[in-house]
Amino acid sequence: MRPSIGFAAIALLEAAGCRVEVPLDQTCCGQPALNSGDREGARRVAKRTIALLEPFEHVVVPSGSCAATIRVHYGELFDDDPAWHARADAVAGRTYELLSYLMDMRGWLPERVSLSATATYHDSCSGLRELGIEAQPRRLLARVDGLSLRPLEGSTTCCGFGGTFCVKYPAISNAIVEEKAQMIEATGADLLLGGDLGCLMNMAGKLHRRGAATRAFHAAEILAAMGGGPAIGEVE
Amino acid sequence: MSAHARPGGFDTRVQAALADPLLKLAIDRTTGTARTKRAAAVAAWPGFAAGRDLGRDIKDHVIDNLGHYLVEFERNALASGAKIHWARTGQEACDIVVAICRDAGARTVTRAKSMLGEEIGLPHALEVAGIERVETDLAEHIIQLAGDPPSHIVWPALHKTREQVAALFQSHHHDPGALASVEAMVASARRELRGRFLAADVGISGANFLIADTGAVCTVTNEGNAELTTTPPRVHIVTAGIEKLIPSTAHAMAMLRLLVRSATGAELTQYTTFHCGPKRPGDLDGPGEFHIVLVDGGRTRMLAEGLAEMLRCIRCSACLNHCVVYRQIGGHAYGGTYPGPMGSVLTPMLDGLAQSQDLPRACTLNGQCQEVCPVAIPLPTLLRGWRDRLWRDGLEPAPARLGLGLWRFLVLRPALYRLASGALIRMMPAFARGGWIARMPMAGGWTRHRDLPRPPSRTFIAQYRSRKPLP
Repeated sequence: MRPSIGFAAIALLEAAGCRVEVPLDQTCCGQPALNSGDREGARRVAKRTIALLEPFEHVVVPSGSCAATIRVHYGELFDDDPAWHARADAVAGRTYELLSYLMDMRGWLPERVSLSATATYHDSCSGLRELGIEAQPRRLLARVDGLSLRPLEGSTTCCGFGGTFCVKYPAISNAIVEEKAQMIEATGADLLLGGDLGCLMNMAGKLHRRGAATRAFHAAEILAAMGGGPAIGEVE
Repeated sequence: MSAHARPGGFDTRVQAALADPLLKLAIDRTTGTARTKRAAAVAAWPGFAAGRDLGRDIKDHVIDNLGHYLVEFERNALASGAKIHWARTGQEACDIVVAICRDAGARTVTRAKSMLGEEIGLPHALEVAGIERVETDLAEHIIQLAGDPPSHIVWPALHKTREQVAALFQSHHHDPGALASVEAMVASARRELRGRFLAADVGISGANFLIADTGAVCTVTNEGNAELTTTPPRVHIVTAGIEKLIPSTAHAMAMLRLLVRSATGAELTQYTTFHCGPKRPGDLDGPGEFHIVLVDGGRTRMLAEGLAEMLRCIRCSACLNHCVVYRQIGGHAYGGTYPGPMGSVLTPMLDGLAQSQDLPRACTLNGQCQEVCPVAIPLPTLLRGWRDRLWRDGLEPAPARLGLGLWRFLVLRPALYRLASGALIRMMPAFARGGWIARMPMAGGWTRHRDLPRPPSRTFIAQYRSRKPLP
C-alpha cells in the first residue's frame, strides 16, 4: 500500500551501515490468521516465513505489529513442535522493528535531515507493549532539524484499527478512531507520525474524512528525508 | 446462562449504546476519573511492579493448591462457628441461599454488592422465592430502582448520569427533598435505606478474599453498607467464588494494596472488614448464624481448560476502565454479567461460547488491559485462545473464513500473491478521487467511516525488482 516505507527502510539501514537484502518471495507474516484463531493457517505461513528469513543475520521490519508477530508469537505457535519451535525462536531472536533497530542495535541517529514542520506521534500498540518501543522514535525524530514534536494526549491509547477488528466491528472501531482523530487535531500539528502502516491508514483515513488538514507519514519516511514527498493519501 | 441476558444481538446492543450520548458522557466521567486516579496511585507507589509480581504469585500459588486451601479454609471457618456450603453451579448456590432464608423465616434481605451474586442470578432467585431484596450499595440501589443490571463491576450504575439518578430518586424515594447536589442525593438514599438495614432478616454479601488460615471473609466498601448489611440481621450469608481464596491475612494485605489502587486509585477503601464466624457469647452485635456458600460455577473447568490465569482476577475493573471498546459501548452491550476485557474472557465460559462469540472478537488486542492488570493476567492471550476455539468449532462466520482462506492460499504462493496484490492495486484507483477512495465494493467496513488511501500503481516488491537488477 505504501512502497515508500520500504524504500525509506532500505535507505535508513544502508545509512546505518547495513547491507540490505529484500527477499522477493516474502508475502505476509501471518498476523491475520494468528489473530483470527486460525492457528494451523498461522503455523503454515510462519513456517514459510521462518524458512525464508533464516539465512539472514538480522531481520528488520518497518512495522511494530509484524515484527512482534515474529518476535513474540512465532514461538508460541510451535509449542508442540520442538524442531520448529527452535527455528522460530532463532529467527525471532534476530528480528527487530526498524526504528528500535536503528537506535538500539546500530546506535544510528539521523544527521543533516531537516523538515520544517510540527508533528505528533502515535504509539502503535504492538510495538509499544510487545516490543517496548516508545523512546526510540521520539529520540530519532528529535534529531530532525526544524521538526518540532508536540505531545499527543492519549498517544498510547489504541486507535481502533486492530487488524480485522476494524472491518468486523466498524461502528466500534469508528467511535474509537473518531476520538483519536479529535486528539490529533487538537495538537494542531501539521503531521501525524507513527510506526505501523495499518494504524496510520486508519487514523489518516479518519482525519481525511473529517476534513482535517493533518498529513500522515511513517516515521521512517521522515527520517529518510522523504518528508517532502506525498503523505498518505496524497498523489505524486 | 447469565442472569441478565440482554435483548437483541451484540450488534444491536452496540448500536444502541453508540447512539446514546448520555451513556458516553457517563462512561467518560467515571472511567476518566478512575484512570487518572489509578495512574497517580501507581506512580506514587514505587513498589507497584514488585507488588504486582507478588500478587500474581500469591494467586497462582493458591490456584495451584486450590484443594489444600479450600480444605484449610473450611476447617478454620467451621472452627469459628460458620456453616460452609458447597455449590457446584450458580443454581445450586441460589437454592442454598434461598433455603437458608426460608429456614430463617426471612421476608426481607439486605444485600451488599457482589458480582458473584449477579453471576449466579441471586437477585432473580430471591424474587422467584418471594423474598424482598434491598440493595444497600448506593449504585446497586440506583440500578435496583431503574430495574437495570450492573454495567460495571465496581460502579454498577456507571451508565447513569447524576442527572438521571436525581430523576430516579425523585420518583421513587419517599422523602427525596430537593436533589440539587450529589450530597442531597446521597442523603435521600440514606434516609430511604437506613430503616431497611435494621429491619432485614438476612444480610447477604460477597467476598473480596477468603482467608484460609483464619476462616475469615474480607469485604471492602466505601459506604459501610456491607457492615450494616452483615451485622444487624440475624443471619449473614456470604456467597463467594472459590478463586477468592488466599493463604493468610498478610496475603490479603498484599492483595488489598493492588486491588484498591487499581480500582479507585485510593490506598485503602473506607471500610475493610474481616467477618469471622457468628456472634460469640459476650459480643455486642453480629449475626446469630454465619453461612458461607462456596461456588465453583465453572471455575474448576477454567483450570482444566487453559484459563487458570483468569482465576487470578480480583475484580478491580482497571481493564474495563482502560479498554477502548468498553469506553465506547459500556457494560450492557456485552450481554453477560461481567463486561470489558475480563468479561470477554469469562462470559464465553459462563454463558457458552456460541452465545457470546462476539466478545473475544470485539477486541483490538492492544494489550492495555494486561498492562494495567494488577495480577498480570494475559487477557489478550486468553482472548486469542477463545478465537482459536471459535475457529476450531466452526463458529467463525463463512465470509471471514472464506476471506482468510483466500488470503492464506495466496500468502503461501508468492508468485500468485504478487500477481493478485498487483491486480488489486491496479484496480483500486478506479474508485479513487485524487488520493483517496471514499467508497469501494467489498470495502464498506472500512469506507463507511473513513477514507482509504489510493494505493501506488505498483507494489513495493514490483518497484524494488525493477530498480535492482536481478542476480
